[in-house]
Formats: sequence, C-alpha cells, structure tokens
Amino acid sequence: MINELVMTTVEWSRAQFALTAMFHYLFVPLTLGLSLMIAIMETLWLKTGNEAWKHATKFWMKLFGINFAIGVSTGIILEFEFGTNWSNYSWFVGDIFGAPLAIEGIMAFFMESTFIAVMFFGWNKVKPKFHLASTWLVFLGSNLSALWILVANAWMQNPVGMYFNPDTARNEMIDFWAVLFSSTAMNKFFHTLLSAYLLSAVFVLGVSSWFILKKRHEGFARKSILIASIFGLSASLMTVYTGDTSSKDISKVQPMKFAAMEGLYEGGKGVPLVVLGQINKNEDDIACCTRSIALPNMLSFLTTYDSEAFIPGIKDIIHGYIDHRGIPHKSLAERIANGKIAVQSLKEYHESKKNGDKEAEATALASFKDNYKDFGYGYLSSPKEAIPNVYLTFYSFRIMVGLGFLFVIQFIISLYLLYKKRWNKYVLWLNLLCIPLAYLATQAGWIVAELGRQPWVIQDLMPTSVASTEIASSAVQITFWLFAILFTTLLTAEIKILVSQIKKGPQES
Amino acid sequence: MKKVIRNIALFYYNGFKHMPLWGKKMWLIIIIKLLIMFLLLKLFFFPNFLNSNFDSDEEKGNHVLKELTK
Repeated sequence: MINELVMTTVEWSRAQFALTAMFHYLFVPLTLGLSLMIAIMETLWLKTGNEAWKHATKFWMKLFGINFAIGVSTGIILEFEFGTNWSNYSWFVGDIFGAPLAIEGIMAFFMESTFIAVMFFGWNKVKPKFHLASTWLVFLGSNLSALWILVANAWMQNPVGMYFNPDTARNEMIDFWAVLFSSTAMNKFFHTLLSAYLLSAVFVLGVSSWFILKKRHEGFARKSILIASIFGLSASLMTVYTGDTSSKDISKVQPMKFAAMEGLYEGGKGVPLVVLGQINKNEDDIACCTRSIALPNMLSFLTTYDSEAFIPGIKDIIHGYIDHRGIPHKSLAERIANGKIAVQSLKEYHESKKNGDKEAEATALASFKDNYKDFGYGYLSSPKEAIPNVYLTFYSFRIMVGLGFLFVIQFIISLYLLYKKRWNKYVLWLNLLCIPLAYLATQAGWIVAELGRQPWVIQDLMPTSVASTEIASSAVQITFWLFAILFTTLLTAEIKILVSQIKKGPQES
Repeated sequence: MKKVIRNIALFYYNGFKHMPLWGKKMWLIIIIKLLIMFLLLKLFFFPNFLNSNFDSDEEKGNHVLKELTK
C-alpha cells in the first residue's frame, strides 16, 4: 500500500510540469482575448469619438495589465523544467522544439513588451492612431506567442517534418512548413485561441454584469456586455467548429486518445456519441464507458461524415484494425515488437560503428529506419501501457464541451436582454458565476490534450518514462512545493488586486 | 538620432514616474517574481542537467543514447 503511494521521479516531474503549466495557463487566455477586445473598443472610440469607449478601453486595459504582469514569465519555469527534469526529451527533440520557442521569444514577446509600454504610458503622449496601432500590435504579439508555443506542442502530438539522426540521437527539422502547418498545429492553434477569446468574453460579461447588479457604471457595463456578447458568441461558435475539426484530427493521429475521450472500448460501425456516461473497469480490467446516454450513429457521422463508418475502440487499437478508409493498423503487440527491434538496432548501430564493422553498421541502421515509426513502443512492456487515464480524459472532455455549449446559450441570452433593454438578476449572477467555469473549461481542455496523449511525450516515439532525467525525486518534490506556494501567492495577489480595481470601476469623467 | 533616444528615455521615465499605485504594485510583484525565478530557482534548483554534466554535444548525445538503449 505504501509502495503504491510513493511517487517516482517521473511522476513527480509530471506533477510539477502539470502544476506549472496549469497555473501558467490561468493567466494566458485572458491576455490573448482581452487584448483583442481592448483593441476593438479603442477602434470604436477613434471611429465614433464616443468617450465612453475610451473609458471602457482604459478600464479593461488596466485589468489586462494586472493579468499580464502576474502571468508574465511564469512560462519560463516550464523551460527550466525541460533542462532539469526532462533532459532526455530536450535532447531528443533537438531544434524542432527549440526553434518555435526561440522565434516566440525573439519576435512575439519583444513586440508585445515594447508596445505594451506605449499602450500604458502613451495616452496623451503619442498620437491616438499610433496608440491604437500599439494596442493592435500588443494583441498581435500575444497571439503570435501563442502560435509558436502551440506549434511546438502540436509537434509532440503529431511529429512531422523531421528526421531522426541516429548519430546524435536528435531529431532534426527538415521541413519547417510541415511543422508549422501540420493539421494538428493549425487545429490546436485556432481551437486554443478561440477558446481563450471565449474565456475573455465570459470574463468581461461577468464583470460587467456585476456592475449592472450593483447599479454602477451601467452605461459602461452595457457597452462592455454588447462587445463581450457579440465577440463571445462568435468565438464560441467558432470554438465549436474548431473543436470538431480537432476531434477529426485526433481520430486520425491519436486514435487511442480519441477512444479514451469517448470511453470507447469496443469500436464498430455506426458508433453512438456519448453525451453523458459513466466510466468503470470492464471484464478486461480496462476503464471504459459502461453506462451512457448516447446519440445513435453520431460519433461515426461527426468523425467521418458517414453514420455507418467504423470507429476503433481501445480493444481494436490493441488488437489491430482496418479503419474506415480501408487502411490497416498494426496491433500494439506488433508495434511493441517493432519498437524493441528499433531500440536494439540503434544500440547495435553504435556498437558496430565503434568496432568499425561497416556491414553490421549498415544492417543495424536499415533495421532501425524500418522500425523507427514504432520506436517509442519499444519501451512499453504491454499494450495496456499505451492506454491513457480514461477517467480523467473522458470526464474532462465532457466538462469542456458541456461548458462550451453553456457559454453559447449565455451569450445569446445576454444579447437578447441587451436588445430588450431589461435585465434579469439570475442571468446576471449566472454571468458572474461563469467566470470560474470558463477557467475550468480551458483547464479541462488541456487535461484532455495532455493527459489523453499519455503515455507519450512525443506521439509513438518517446514515452514519458524515458523522457525524464534520472535525478532524485526528493529534489523534484521540493521544487514542486515551492512552485505550489509561489503560484498560489501570485494567484492570490492577482485576484486581490483585480477585485480591488474592479470595485473602483472605470473613471467616467 | 540622439533626440529620438532622449525622447524614448523620457517617455519611459515619465511613464514610470506617473504610474498609478496599482502599476507600482505590479512592478514590485514582477521584480520579486523574477528574482525568485532567476536568482533562487534557476541557480539552485534548476541546473540544466546535460549542460552541467557534459562538456560537448558529443558527450551529451552519447549520454542520451545510453539512456535510450539501456
């Protein structure tokens, strides 16, 4: 029992990375979306000359500034962790991961930081049009930062455009555009960005609703609700669309994650879509959806546009299957065998190279290349190790989707009430309550993305267990708790300062 | 050119000088945070494992290869 509770270095490293990434992502989405809403409001001020838009811009800019300041550089800790806790991974990914991050650091972050100064210090000091341009450039800079980070993340989910150099044990980028424009990168970028816009709209809507409830700054609040509702409704509908395209992509490149998202054990033709369900272990001791309310044939239809199409479940993936396009997929036992050959061939390649045996070197290299696609499976001892945590993936996916649809309804109702010029206090309270729910939805989305792809740190090529550094788990534990304290303090400070500034309200002179 | 640089410097100087209280609080938080991150965490808790234990890329590669094929 005690042994079961003792966490290994890999588990502590994973916990630490999850903690850091989740805290970091508490700050990021508001920066991404609020910068765009501020730019829209400032544009409206310059277009209409209506000072109310200027007051709204300044107020939301202040909240943006607080969020940006607290969140800035929390992401750097993730890079520290790569070097200390994930050294095998950091070496293995080579420049592919480093290049987008470097571009992000140099281009987007500096552009964003420079124009933030103009945005805050430049009122009445630079020409209004220059100020507006700076605000738009802050938006562009922050969103470009997100692009490069998400491209790097997407490569881990769908490694393309690279070649593994067996001499250096590093992946080398051979096609930058394939990495940048992979289906996974584009889907991930747009889905993440739009969901960040959605969160920002929910935030603006919630805070503005509070002003209406308190009968303060109602003119300002109405203007903010108008922008937030239109912006949020557009973003949420597009989030639904990109969620659909992301799911289709996942079904192709990460079928096991897809099966876990659906809790689908035995696939088949005409698979229903589980709306609500319960995950339990089945007779094969594998977690899957055992009780559900489902829409007949809908999963097959949404995934392939064919309501009778075959969708593989966990069992099919383990034993091998032929997908709806007629493409055969090997069993996991076969992939594990191939992976072990790849690992062994890599070893033999280096040994024969060292011994100067050219023939053996060439044979080992050919064998390695033939099996590299399954390289990561060589580290698994059984097919069951390729199954992610179905409980968390399944429930997080439903929390994210369910809340996403709730927000669509929320924006429609708010627009309707705004149009009718009457407020309902329950709706206003709901708007306020939706702020934490929007954060919950985005965090749930990342749980699906990152936990759902386990055991892989790089899909099919490197499992998490091989990616980590052999260091004492106590060292990782100490920093885990240090981060927990640091981030909790930062979050508390942010909420406190944000709330005090919200209470002050906009300066409507 | 000198004038441009002077104007930029003045722009920042005045910006910081007339910063509201909440802005000053934010800068204090940023500075404390950066100090904790770079002077405490990076120096004492987060050495780059490969850079601190190996001198050349070849040595780093060999170590990772050993890890991958053990």
